[in-house]
Amino acid sequence: MTVVGLLGLQGAFLDHIPHLKRCAVSYRIVRDSMALNAIDRLIIPGGESTVMAKFLEEFDMLAPLCRRIREGLPVWGVCAGSILLAEQVDGNAGSLSALPISVTRNAYGRQIASSVHFIDIPVMKQERYPAVFIRAPRIDRVGEGVTVHASRGNDPVFIQKEKIMATTFHPELNQDDCFHDYFLKV
Amino acid sequence: MAREKINKGFAEMFKNGVIMDVTTPEQARIAQEAGACAVMALERVPADIRKDGQVARMSDPAMIQAIMDAVSVPVMAKVRIGHFMEARILEAIGVDFVDESEVLTPADESRHVEKHQFKVPFVCGARNLGEALRRINEGAAMIRTKGEAGTGNIVEAVRHMRAINEEIDALKGFDEHQLIQLAGQMRVPVALVKETRDLGRLSVVNFAAGGVATPADAALMMALGSDGVFVGSGVFKSQNPPKMAHAIVQAVIHYQDPARLVEISKNLGTAMIGLEKEALDIKMAERGV
Repeated sequence: MTVVGLLGLQGAFLDHIPHLKRCAVSYRIVRDSMALNAIDRLIIPGGESTVMAKFLEEFDMLAPLCRRIREGLPVWGVCAGSILLAEQVDGNAGSLSALPISVTRNAYGRQIASSVHFIDIPVMKQERYPAVFIRAPRIDRVGEGVTVHASRGNDPVFIQKEKIMATTFHPELNQDDCFHDYFLKV
Repeated sequence: MAREKINKGFAEMFKNGVIMDVTTPEQARIAQEAGACAVMALERVPADIRKDGQVARMSDPAMIQAIMDAVSVPVMAKVRIGHFMEARILEAIGVDFVDESEVLTPADESRHVEKHQFKVPFVCGARNLGEALRRINEGAAMIRTKGEAGTGNIVEAVRHMRAINEEIDALKGFDEHQLIQLAGQMRVPVALVKETRDLGRLSVVNFAAGGVATPADAALMMALGSDGVFVGSGVFKSQNPPKMAHAIVQAVIHYQDPARLVEISKNLGTAMIGLEKEALDIKMAERGV
């Protein structure tokens, strides 16, 4: 049976559990490199990217995780998770550097600027999906091989390259499971 | 409705994290470097407010803005209970979260801020389920225990977290009539009590606060069901703030792992000096019920 890892260093990782239960897959909270070996997929949750990046490194998880991603581990980065996956963050080198994208953190402003936007997602046959953006990063550049599945105005907000996907909004805060369903098939 | 979802959702992002009180941009940078998921900007930490015994108010907006400019993590700031004008000022500055806090001197003895009127999210303190639900009903997007701020004594935070947990557990055995009666006593809608019963927890994120001084304190509160931890005076009143801050963050991540907690707790220097509750002149937790 598929075991979905939830990176459990900080943030909203527990929020994915009801979705995964409804999708009938098991899950495991990942807080060390040992646990990284026991999972088939990984969700990097929303939260503070600075905190997650710091402890990935301090707990010696960065290199093993990069290796597993290179070997084909399907990964989904949500908001802060998309920042961790990016090649470039605010002009500097990113943490996992697994996706050829450049992002700007908190690009839409502070919390009072956070908002719900309705986006169309053809790949899921979703129209006007209510995407919750919270102090969201903006994807400023997508490199070769990256598919843009959905945008907010001109900004890509749901992208994928092979088995790596990123959303700059928070599907885990919605009741439906369409993103989790999709990720389990990636 | 959308705003409520966005604000409660934002609080979800703090979970399993540590929010630290800071009084200067330099302290804010130390907190961020140590792994804080947000900082609380205020002029004096609770231990000093307690010592001074003066009226404590919202901090200087210039000081809060300097801290907002210094770090990339979210910044919170405090207003006095019921002081909706201080809250308007903080909202206009653009702080990410407002703490309507008993640590400051209350401005209104019978009313809290009507938080639904605001775009900015609020966190409020609670000692029991009634206080928590009243604050949620007023629009709070996040709850924390009151504990007894500035004492370095965890006993009150434990009492408040246990009280909320036990009262929620007890809801399971209530029939319709009892639920209506309880909602009446608590002065909240029955629907909110039922939602809490069905969830088996508060409908918003619930942090521990008030008295956390060591990694073990933080781990204890996580084990009692806290979603995360506020540390007020515990960091910058300790002997080695960067080290203590870092250790408390690690303890929140690894609270289920005693072997790691041993290493995390070693050689941190002296924790903040604690105060026995019998020695207190002011009981902040009794403010704003």
